[in-house]
Amino acid sequence: MSIWEYANPTKFLRTSARVMPTLWVASAVLIIGGLIWGFFFTPDDFRQGSTVKIIYLHVPAALMAINAWFMMLVASLIWVIRRHHVSALAAKAAAPVGIAMTLIALITGALWGQPMWGTWWAWDPRLTSFLVLFLFYLGYVALWEAIDNPDTAADLTSILCLVGSVFAVLSRYAVNFWNQGLHQGASLSLDAEKNVADIFAYPLWTCMTGFILLFIVLVLYRTGTEIRQRRIQALVAREKLEA
Amino acid sequence: MIALLLRDLQLAFRAGGGFGLGLAFFLIVTVMVPFSVGPNSATLGTIAPGVLWLGALLACLLSLDRLLALDWEDGSLDLLATAPLPLEGVLAVKALAHWMTTGLPLVLAAPVLGVLLNLAPDGFAWITLSLLIGTPALSMIGTFGAALTVGLRRGGLLLSLLVMPLYVPTLIFGAEAARRGAAGFATETALLMLAGITAGTLACMPFAAAAVLRVNLR
Repeated sequence: MSIWEYANPTKFLRTSARVMPTLWVASAVLIIGGLIWGFFFTPDDFRQGSTVKIIYLHVPAALMAINAWFMMLVASLIWVIRRHHVSALAAKAAAPVGIAMTLIALITGALWGQPMWGTWWAWDPRLTSFLVLFLFYLGYVALWEAIDNPDTAADLTSILCLVGSVFAVLSRYAVNFWNQGLHQGASLSLDAEKNVADIFAYPLWTCMTGFILLFIVLVLYRTGTEIRQRRIQALVAREKLEA
Repeated sequence: MIALLLRDLQLAFRAGGGFGLGLAFFLIVTVMVPFSVGPNSATLGTIAPGVLWLGALLACLLSLDRLLALDWEDGSLDLLATAPLPLEGVLAVKALAHWMTTGLPLVLAAPVLGVLLNLAPDGFAWITLSLLIGTPALSMIGTFGAALTVGLRRGGLLLSLLVMPLYVPTLIFGAEAARRGAAGFATETALLMLAGITAGTLACMPFAAAAVLRVNLR
């Protein structure tokens, strides 16, 4: 029993079909529960009022926007090193989810920024690096779409993902150097002495867990779709060959 | 390697090679800027370092699709790939040739165009220096982008979409150095970071570019 067993598409499909219903339900319960808890059962912040509640969408989406890219990086590395097709397809499947998460984070951030900072957008380092991350996602997806041969596409996009990761990190530090921030620091971190108050933190953790599960189940689902699509392509190609 | 460099330079300089197109593009972008933001010389002076950097970057970007495409079409890229010279070396030389025919003229033209944009007197040395340090990185990253999209039919637009995000750090540090220099502030940090990016891309990008080109030549 090792994780590499799931490099076998059939095995991957079977196992993911078994765990997906649980994951769908768990993520839905956690996200809906966390949002209701956050929206209706926590007090308003004494300075920010009720606008603070958008944090329950903003932070989990931002968390997954970055981690989706990280997952693509790991999957690309696995493809480059061990050449498991499922891994390449998982990276492909994760990119649009990552784009969606980045957009949610940017939009909820703008909605939050308008009443709090008085502006929808500022060229703050965090905002800017998210926008740059969004551009990286766009390029990655566009490259997948542009290439017909699936193996070539997997190779090229995975190298782009590796190179892009280096430049994404560089950009992160470059924009820090380039402009001072308006965005607050991290509200939650495992090693910090002082985090956001527990009453806000618990529903936030719930939402974050829900978003993580949602991301996992979406990637599993989309990877399954990609695998089936690849099989259909192979069948069509074979029929053409026989005809 | 030297033979390859001379060949690429000759191809670029001779008729139809497109030498000077990048330069002309740089000129025209710079001329267009006052038309779009107005002729107020104070405004122009403030944005001049950034505009010069952006113009140089775009000129560099637009000349990238010719970097490998011609050799790809007539098959000489396949010959180069099977030559005893490693593909990494071939691409490093091609990037060098691209820099000598595109980047270096841009560096030399930037101060002249700075006059048009009312660049602060202190800025001239810094824009030249920052472009001189930064443009090799642009060529190097661009070679990777060109190798990535060489086999594609509609590679041009995609190439821009892929390469632009990779240019972000170079642009930030380069333009920041020029801007700080023009405003009379210290520029060491930005220039050192820029030099670091250039050195890093020189060391690593030939390998990444060769890796994707091998996939494309498969």
